[in-house]
Amino acid sequence: MTFDLETAASPQGLRRVAIDPVSRVEGHGKVTILLDEHQHVQQVRLHIVEFRGFEKFIEGRPYWEVPVMVQRLCGICPVSHQLAASKALDLVIGAQPVTRSADKIRRLMHYGQVMQSHALHFFYLASPDLLFGFDSDVNLRNIVGVAQAHPDIARKGILLRKFGQELIRITSGKRIHGTGSVPGGMNKHVGQGDRDLLRPQARQMIAWAQEGVDLVKRLHAQNPAVYDTFGSFRSNMLSLVRVDGAMDLYDGVLRARDADGKIFLDGASDQDYLSLIEEEVRPWTYMKFPHLRSLGRETGWYRVGPLARVQNCDFIPSSLAETERREFVDYGRGAPVHATLAYHWARMIEVLHTTEVIETLLDDPDILDGALMTEGERRRSGVGVIEAPRGTLIHDYSVGDDDLVTKCNLIVSTTHNNQAMNEAVRSVAREYLDGHELTEGLLNRIEVAIRAFDPCLSCATHALGQMPLDVTLIGPGGELVDHVLKSQDGEMLRSEGVAA
Amino acid sequence: MTAPLLVFGWGNRSRGDDALGPLFVERLQVLAEATGLAGLEFLDDYQLQVEHALDLVGRDRVLFVDASLSCRASFEATPVHAARDVTFTTHAISPASVLLAYREIMGAEPPACTLLAIRGQRFELGRPPGPEALEHLERALHWAMSWLADAHAPSPGASEVSNA
Repeated sequence: MTFDLETAASPQGLRRVAIDPVSRVEGHGKVTILLDEHQHVQQVRLHIVEFRGFEKFIEGRPYWEVPVMVQRLCGICPVSHQLAASKALDLVIGAQPVTRSADKIRRLMHYGQVMQSHALHFFYLASPDLLFGFDSDVNLRNIVGVAQAHPDIARKGILLRKFGQELIRITSGKRIHGTGSVPGGMNKHVGQGDRDLLRPQARQMIAWAQEGVDLVKRLHAQNPAVYDTFGSFRSNMLSLVRVDGAMDLYDGVLRARDADGKIFLDGASDQDYLSLIEEEVRPWTYMKFPHLRSLGRETGWYRVGPLARVQNCDFIPSSLAETERREFVDYGRGAPVHATLAYHWARMIEVLHTTEVIETLLDDPDILDGALMTEGERRRSGVGVIEAPRGTLIHDYSVGDDDLVTKCNLIVSTTHNNQAMNEAVRSVAREYLDGHELTEGLLNRIEVAIRAFDPCLSCATHALGQMPLDVTLIGPGGELVDHVLKSQDGEMLRSEGVAA
Repeated sequence: MTAPLLVFGWGNRSRGDDALGPLFVERLQVLAEATGLAGLEFLDDYQLQVEHALDLVGRDRVLFVDASLSCRASFEATPVHAARDVTFTTHAISPASVLLAYREIMGAEPPACTLLAIRGQRFELGRPPGPEALEHLERALHWAMSWLADAHAPSPGASEVSNA
């Protein structure tokens, strides 16, 4: 069995539309759509090249270098890689559990990272589409457009992100390439001066995060017809939860719910991920398709990230975010919310939660003092799983007696969401593209659906709306039928001498 | 107190010549400290982003530094002005975009900024900067020491440099 619209029955002679951004940044993705002569969608694929070769980049390195090296895998969420690697290598050196101070400082770093990453995504990347509309002027659909039309929103977004990055600095030691988290714990406390500088700002961050949640709720309320159905599809959902079912972004056990909300996997140790998850290779993309072994490839795929986490947990252990989670769950009227744009709502609930946790941790004396390192019996391998901003992130290392990494396996959040993103794109294609002439606004809807997942390649995908777009129509005989270029200012230019 | 002059480079040290920006910052800081230049701050990051507009607050002058594929000479130094460009919607934005964000968010004109582009050619993961790129880096550093001296004692009518 193949998935609907994944492979056309007769691809020969179909018109091919490619959305193919070029970017020097970490991710690179493209969407191809095959249309028949009546403009009906026959095939849609999101192809991604990401993290290819990164495991080889790590293998052969001394294990203690790894938490620093992996930060260079991705310029968007280096802290998540640092902490996932640290957790895996804690096990290798027998540091299980790490000390109370190390655990709390790492959590402060991680929640700061999630907060700043979500703020970047929502206020910079997603809000232009949501505030101005999918068909709005392409020159307006950017953060500066938001800054001009809604300066207060833009300013708060920037300051939220800045606050999160300052938390990373005071916990990891530097703005980037931080060395704070190491196998076995942390190598420094939070400085009293740094804590005193940031603590007074925490309450303001909570208030702004609450405003962000309120903004998303207003957007849903203003246009439920779009927000409830755009790019929607049913799926399983996977995430870590705390042992008692609470949301926990740093550590926990694996839980999965089916599309009806029923828990079918719970309390599973992250060390057993390989017995739970299988990655399938498909010939048309470099990125694998993970699925739960127990269900198989056809029904075992799942979503990860904020939409999964907010609905997978039994409760959020902070009061304001828990109130918002309950309202979110009530919105589904007893069923899970599967709307793709609801990712933004869930994401802002998580921002609110992270700000509440951060305030609590900044008041905790353990971040200023106490033992930082521990160790125990050496092991040959370890798995570190963390809920990164975009979803479940798995680092798995084997280390030889010479301290060099002999094997590295990474399953990153965006990979978990591979099938889900393809389903979202196909849902949009069915609803908006099928039978219609392609326009910039219609193509942007594809990008909006991908962007909702905040994939690691969103630096590439969001650029689609403004980067040059090359669309070539090839006829059944291989002849060039149409060639449209979208210029940097969004203008659609059709090649001379080519019939439209 | 905020240092009046900021040198800000960006890039990924593990992606070949993309390391030129951070390497430049690291090297220039050593040179500046050795020569006793004061009133400077040196920052680097993976990518340039909107919140870096806040790093410009309180500065008199800013030198942005990045590796460049399109730079034809060893390096090029050009003034930067606030402008809307196509990089707004990516995770990494241009210096001109940062200045426009500064203007919109702060409600004031940004400080005088110069972009130093250093020629790079290879950006593969796990590769060190190439020998040609390191030669370009040395030339750019030589120019930058003069720029720093000028920035500390600007002469009347001094203009931005476009160099090879």
